[in-house]
Amino acid sequence: MQTDRVLTGILRAGALLAVLVMLLIFCFLLFESWSALTGLSIAGFLTDVSWHPLEGTYNLMPMLSGTLLASIGAIMLGAPLGLASALFIVFFAPLHLALLYRRLIELLAGIPSVVFGFWGLTTLVPLISEWQPPGASLLAAVLVLTLMILPMITITACAALTAVPEELFRNASALGMSRWGTIAGVVLPAARVGITAGIILAAARALGETMAVLMVAGNVVQHPESLFDPVRTLAANIALEVAYAMGDHRSVLFVSGLLLMLLVMVLSAMAGLLEERQQV
Amino acid sequence: MITMTGIFPASRLVAAKAVIAICGLIWTVSGAANAGPQRLVLTGSSTVAPLINEIARRFEMQFSGVRIDVQTGGSSRGINDVRRRTADIGMVSRPLKPDENDLHAFTVALDGISLLVHADNPVAALDKSQIAGIFTGDIMRWRDVGGKDARITVVNKAEGRSTLELFLDYLQLKNSAITPHIIIGDNAQGIKTITGNRNAIGYVSIGAAEYEVQRGAPLRLLALDGVEASEENVRNGTFPLSRPLNLVTASDPQGVIRQFIRFAQSPQVQDLIKAQYFVPVDAD
Amino acid sequence: MLLRAKQQIRDGVIQGLIYLAVLLVSLVFFWMLFDLAHGGAAHLSWQFLTESPIDAGRAGGIASILVSTALILLVALTASVPLAWATAVLLAEFVPAESAFGKIVRFSLYVLAGVPSIVFGLFGNAFFSIYLELGFSILSGGLTLACMLLPILTSTAEAGLRAVPDTYRSSAAALGLSRTVALTHLILPAAAPTLAAGLLIGIGRALAETAALLFTSGYVDRMPGSLLDSGRALALHIFDLSMNVPGGDNPAYASALVLVSLLLCINILAMKLAYGLQRKKIMT
Repeated sequence: MQTDRVLTGILRAGALLAVLVMLLIFCFLLFESWSALTGLSIAGFLTDVSWHPLEGTYNLMPMLSGTLLASIGAIMLGAPLGLASALFIVFFAPLHLALLYRRLIELLAGIPSVVFGFWGLTTLVPLISEWQPPGASLLAAVLVLTLMILPMITITACAALTAVPEELFRNASALGMSRWGTIAGVVLPAARVGITAGIILAAARALGETMAVLMVAGNVVQHPESLFDPVRTLAANIALEVAYAMGDHRSVLFVSGLLLMLLVMVLSAMAGLLEERQQV
Repeated sequence: MITMTGIFPASRLVAAKAVIAICGLIWTVSGAANAGPQRLVLTGSSTVAPLINEIARRFEMQFSGVRIDVQTGGSSRGINDVRRRTADIGMVSRPLKPDENDLHAFTVALDGISLLVHADNPVAALDKSQIAGIFTGDIMRWRDVGGKDARITVVNKAEGRSTLELFLDYLQLKNSAITPHIIIGDNAQGIKTITGNRNAIGYVSIGAAEYEVQRGAPLRLLALDGVEASEENVRNGTFPLSRPLNLVTASDPQGVIRQFIRFAQSPQVQDLIKAQYFVPVDAD
Repeated sequence: MLLRAKQQIRDGVIQGLIYLAVLLVSLVFFWMLFDLAHGGAAHLSWQFLTESPIDAGRAGGIASILVSTALILLVALTASVPLAWATAVLLAEFVPAESAFGKIVRFSLYVLAGVPSIVFGLFGNAFFSIYLELGFSILSGGLTLACMLLPILTSTAEAGLRAVPDTYRSSAAALGLSRTVALTHLILPAAAPTLAAGLLIGIGRALAETAALLFTSGYVDRMPGSLLDSGRALALHIFDLSMNVPGGDNPAYASALVLVSLLLCINILAMKLAYGLQRKKIMT
């Protein structure tokens, strides 16, 4: 059994390295953020007049609002469409159509974000620009993000809906409930937790999405007053500025990266907890 | 850490060895990779990059065994990368600032910055106060400056770009006073944005703009202070917004770096500079 | 009776709404595919795949981009697959799910899985490019991607190993086989299709990635000579063509078409492997 011991040792080393990678990433982000977290006042991130790093003002709020608005908008559009798609696949469509549509959604899930961004830039932005210039706007970001998170919501909702026990349906039809009555009164409540977890994960994805949003949102740092105003998200800001940022500026970008990571971690922890509760 | 050792009673040594082995692997691979041709990395201004790319190709043809990689990202990135040693030479499309006197600059060519609108835009010229009005949001519609009744789309450069700094300098404005609708990075992105939007106004390198106009891009360069934005007026010094295009190094250049900078300043590349609509330094 | 009629109307309306939503999603999807195919097909040819980009990608092809992409992928997989699979085997076969070590590893992977790709890019830039002095290179980009792939590869492999019936393990133990032999001769072969499917999913994710590569592998579009050269990935090429190259839309469409077709093939293959396995499990 000597080989077993050696093997276990090697495997443990591998796993340990995986843990180290996580620690390394976290420590490095913290290390690079340190000078901003200690040198600048944290309140400045909330109260500085604007985001103009070269003038020494580091207000992150407009970008935080841009990030949240774009994600909330995408969830508000993506959740009903995704849920409808899942209901279609599980309950409404004839079998072959359901399978076909499911494949379509799975293919949609495989399209890279830069292609969504490119399509948004060449098709959606000019369309919006005809209607309400300048086109590159919060609306464009919301629409592109919706397309990106829709497959995720659909697939997780499908899984949650199919996991609802068969006997619940039989009981419902025995009670003479209509199809929608059964779905709204029995199935959706039973699958609620799984569907919510999927939506939260999709929100996490939307918050962290960079390239697609960068390409269509116009990237002006401001609190948008309407859907047609351009916005900049935290992730896009990092991508735009990290190349030339120095000193405090670079450090603040790492702070925003850390902030983004924490936001996403909280969301995925919430989804994880929900799923665990589901299993119990 | 105490809990960690608790978890790995016997395999701590193995783990440590594995970490060392992997680090070693990375270094060996990078060492082996290093054995290739001599490499020069240049980063920075998107105004200078297309020119340097052409010069680099010619340099590589003449001096085999050298590979030159060029990446954009703005003048500040050039300065930054040179200081951090991630680049050998920085490309900077402005004079060095007082706090950058730790660096060495070598001028390769001259360029100007011009206002740019779509070719369909009837507005022929703007005076300085109109320009400031448009960029600060006081003038919202083209009608107010003699154009069509449409909302103006203000295209501004991202921070860290010297085109932005020089333009603001010219208008005597701070970036926080500008109310942009779209923020762009590279010159080419600005040109692409304006060719795609009839109501947009922006500003880019004259060389980059003329290069695209010659290739048929629907663009028009606007005169500044009544002086036409042309290579000619940059050369004779009458254009109000001119600047040097510099190569920047962290220390006194030696070896290939010195060779390349000399080459970029030599008469051998003047045809390349002119082909990009820039002005060679010793042209007059 | 009235109630029944009301219910029927309500059911009909809701069914209509659901069909409408599905129609909308399908239409947008086909609209997008049509745009890609329409814009790219004319530009796509054998030469496009075998020539290197000329004139910032407006002319020529994507050969050097494909090579860089493949190299980045290779580095990423070489670094992440052994680690990920070792971790998966350990978690699935050797460590009880409730042990402290298992929990720590699983938690780390869970956190890693949630990190947005731009944050990996930040880390890669700070650690691989600057701290380890690998610069903007295929090696930095590949190693950054490796960190990103770690959780995906581990979780898919662990799920695959756990799906192997316990009878395999108990029969092996009854025959007096060591766990190493059981693992290499019984369990890994049985889990091979899921491992392969997980690998394909990881490759798909890596091919689609842009943000993590922006500041690690850089965007030099030439044929890389070594792993320390900067190399532009295909997804980054699409980004650059569409944002920074006036007149770059057609090659961008063609490149997007190539990337999407590649990813579709990979995804279909991965699905085939996963579904095939499911069918087998149902049959036994």
